[in-house]
Formats: sequence, C-alpha cells, structure tokens
Amino acid sequence: MENRDFFYRRLHSLLGVVPIGIFLIQHLVVNHFAVYGPDSFNKAAQFMHDLPFRILLEIFIIFIPILFHAILGVYIVFVAKNNVRRYGFFRNWMFYLQRITGIITLIFIIWHVWETRVQIGMGTEELDYSLMENILASPVMFWFYVIGVVSTTFHFANGLWSFLVTWGITVTPRSQRIATYATLIVFLAVTYIGIRALFAFV
Amino acid sequence: MAEETITLIITRQDDPDSATYDETFKVKYRKNMNIISALMEIQKNPQNADGKRVAPVSWESNCLEEVCGACSMIINDVPRQACSTLVDKLEQPIRIAPMSTFPVVRDLVVDRSRMFESLKKVKAWIPIDGTYDLGPGPRMPEKKRQWAYELSKCMTCGVCLEACPNVNSKSDFIGPAPLSQVRLFNAHPTGEMHKGERLDALMEDGGITGCGNSQNCVQVCPKGIPLTTSIAALNRSTNLQSFKNFFGSDNAY
Repeated sequence: MENRDFFYRRLHSLLGVVPIGIFLIQHLVVNHFAVYGPDSFNKAAQFMHDLPFRILLEIFIIFIPILFHAILGVYIVFVAKNNVRRYGFFRNWMFYLQRITGIITLIFIIWHVWETRVQIGMGTEELDYSLMENILASPVMFWFYVIGVVSTTFHFANGLWSFLVTWGITVTPRSQRIATYATLIVFLAVTYIGIRALFAFV
Repeated sequence: MAEETITLIITRQDDPDSATYDETFKVKYRKNMNIISALMEIQKNPQNADGKRVAPVSWESNCLEEVCGACSMIINDVPRQACSTLVDKLEQPIRIAPMSTFPVVRDLVVDRSRMFESLKKVKAWIPIDGTYDLGPGPRMPEKKRQWAYELSKCMTCGVCLEACPNVNSKSDFIGPAPLSQVRLFNAHPTGEMHKGERLDALMEDGGITGCGNSQNCVQVCPKGIPLTTSIAALNRSTNLQSFKNFFGSDNAY
C-alpha cells in the first residue's frame, strides 16, 4: 500500500482513543462497582463476562488494537532522542512522559492480563472480587497497580491531547492550550475512578 | 584600566571524521561584541588560552543580520545565530559548539544540505513556467498574506531540527522547517494549484508523521515562526488529502 507509514501512524493515533481509550474508561468504571461492595462488583463483572460474542469483542476491541498500538508505540519510543535536559519546555516533558508511561503501561498491562484474563482463561482462577482482593493484598502489588493505573490514565489523557493535534482538530496555540486543561481534567477524573476502585479491594 | 577579556570555550573538530576537543580562547572585550566578532578576533590572532598558536576556528556566516541562517551554532546550550547573539547578554565563559543534528564539516561549520534536500522533496516552490505568458496570478486575501508572511521568514537555519527530539540518526523525519514551507506554498493562490503534490510528499516516510508534538521547534525558532500551528494545520490537510486520494475526489490536485 502507498504511504504505509502515514496510514499506520494515523491508525496508531486513532486506536489509542477508539477503541482503547473507550475500553479503558469502561474498564475502570466497571471496576468502580467494587466501591459498592463485592456483590456489586461481581454482578457488574458477570454482566461484562456474559456479553454476547464476548471473545470477538475482546479480540477486535481489546487485544488486536492494543497489540498494534503497543508494537508501533515501542518503535516510536525507540526513534526519539529525548532532550528535556537542554529543552525543559512543558510540552517536551509531556513528550518524554508520554514515552515513559507508554513503556510502564505496556509492562503493567502484560502483567495484569497474565494474572487475570490468562489465568481465568486457563481455568486456574475465577473471575470475581476475591481474585483482585488476593492480588492487591500484597502491598508491592498494590503499589504496582497504582503506578500502572496512573501511568495508563496519563498516557490516555496526554494521548488525547496529541490525538486532537494529529487529526487537525486543535490547530491554534489557544485551542491547544485549552485542550491541555481539558485533558488534565480527563486525567484527574479517570485517575480518580481507577484509584478509588483499587482502594475498594483493600 | 585593566584590559577586559572574554573567555570562549569552543568545541572543535579538525575534519568530518576526527574526534572533537574543547579549546579555550581569550579575546579582548569590545563594546557591543557579538559571537561573530569574537570569532573574528580569534581568526586575527589564533592563539589559545595557553598561548599556543593553533589553526583558526572555522565558522560560517553571511548576512550578519539574522536572515540567512548560516551562522547557527549552540551558544551556552542554546541553538541560535552567532551574529545576533550579543556577548554582553551571555554568561562567561561562553561555550560554543556546532549543532549536533548535522554532520560537522570543520569546527563550527555544519552541513545543512539535508534541509535543502527536504525542501526539494516537498516541492517548496511555485511552478509558473509555461510555453506562453500565463498572466497575473489570482489575488490573495490580505489576512492570509499576513500569516503566510510570517512563514516566509524561515531561513533554513536548522535550529528547529536541532531542538526536535525526533530529528536524529535513528529517524528519517525531515523536521519542522520544511513542513511549514508546505503550508506557506499551499497558502499561495498559484502554489495552491499543486497543493496535493506537496501534501503527498508529506505523507511519505520521514514526513509529517515524524512529528511527536514536543513543540520544542516553536520555542527555539529565532524568527518566531508558528511551526506547531503549521504542523497541526498540515495534519488536517494531509488527513483530508489521504481521504481524497483513497475515496476519490475531483479536488485531489
């Protein structure tokens, strides 16, 4: 195909928001049911589990998009030569943090998928409140999850900002500045939902 | 009255492949000196701080009024033009190094030809030659002329490429300067007749997708060119162009 690089990079930007960003919000909101007690969480988790065509939804909305985003993302991290020491501008720091959180998030997701979805798929674990309760009982794992969630929500919110630039929506410096504040609010809101759910398990 | 001197620590390199080394020079201070005049003093009397005679420091400069872009170098950690950098405004000792994004020819002389290759790649010109007189071109709205004029101030100095984290030996990104030139020539009423060709060039490898929005370019540009606005505007037009190319359009020229 012509202009393969252009197409892949645009796809990378799009997938980060649709469907991965939407899935992230949905996932954290469903987790948040844990705040209302184990039964509430189990009911919500069961509802997601019983969605029709679940395996297809997982493959096409979650696994393939994240895999594509991650592989191209690692390449994007590799080609950058970060220079925040010489050019300590705000956006350059965001550029740097976007790459750092991308790698942290990738490690977190691999670990998280392994100990939840893969274990459930192999039948060694059951999908319920106690699975997460047991994982988060260890302080090390709890803080690993806190870092993982904050890293993911930052990567999503800041990625939303560059999504708006990449798709030519925010062109003027003023619109880009306002988008910075708007995505900061998104970051705080989504992080609150995610972290509050984690604390509900301990 | 004691004679005032200024100290310059210059990163030198004897030829394109040899190792770099720092050399210190002391130069007699004069009022209103800029970096070029300090380098000229070294050229007059090429003697380093130890009193040893050395080969004079090589550098490039032309206009001496910050419009040609030839004398870009890193002065006290900031990439800028040596002609418009005043000694009085700098902390001592003054550290001078060649820009690191470009191959060094000798001392402070770098080879910026990759920028000119990029301008050729994106067709940063307006084709007007024909077999007959094409007559006057269409008029341009005054408001558009005003912002396009700002883009025309680009002097291909290379400072934006130097500051960009995505312009390096691992990436083929052409950098902010040639991108902004596409917006300039696409804004021109006659140049606009070939806008698709320039946008297509930006969609090739090393084109606009190389931008990672660190926005260092707009911070360091000595001419204050709104480079990131240009890049965002071009993101919009390349996206539209790619849809036109794929789905088809009578306006995909």
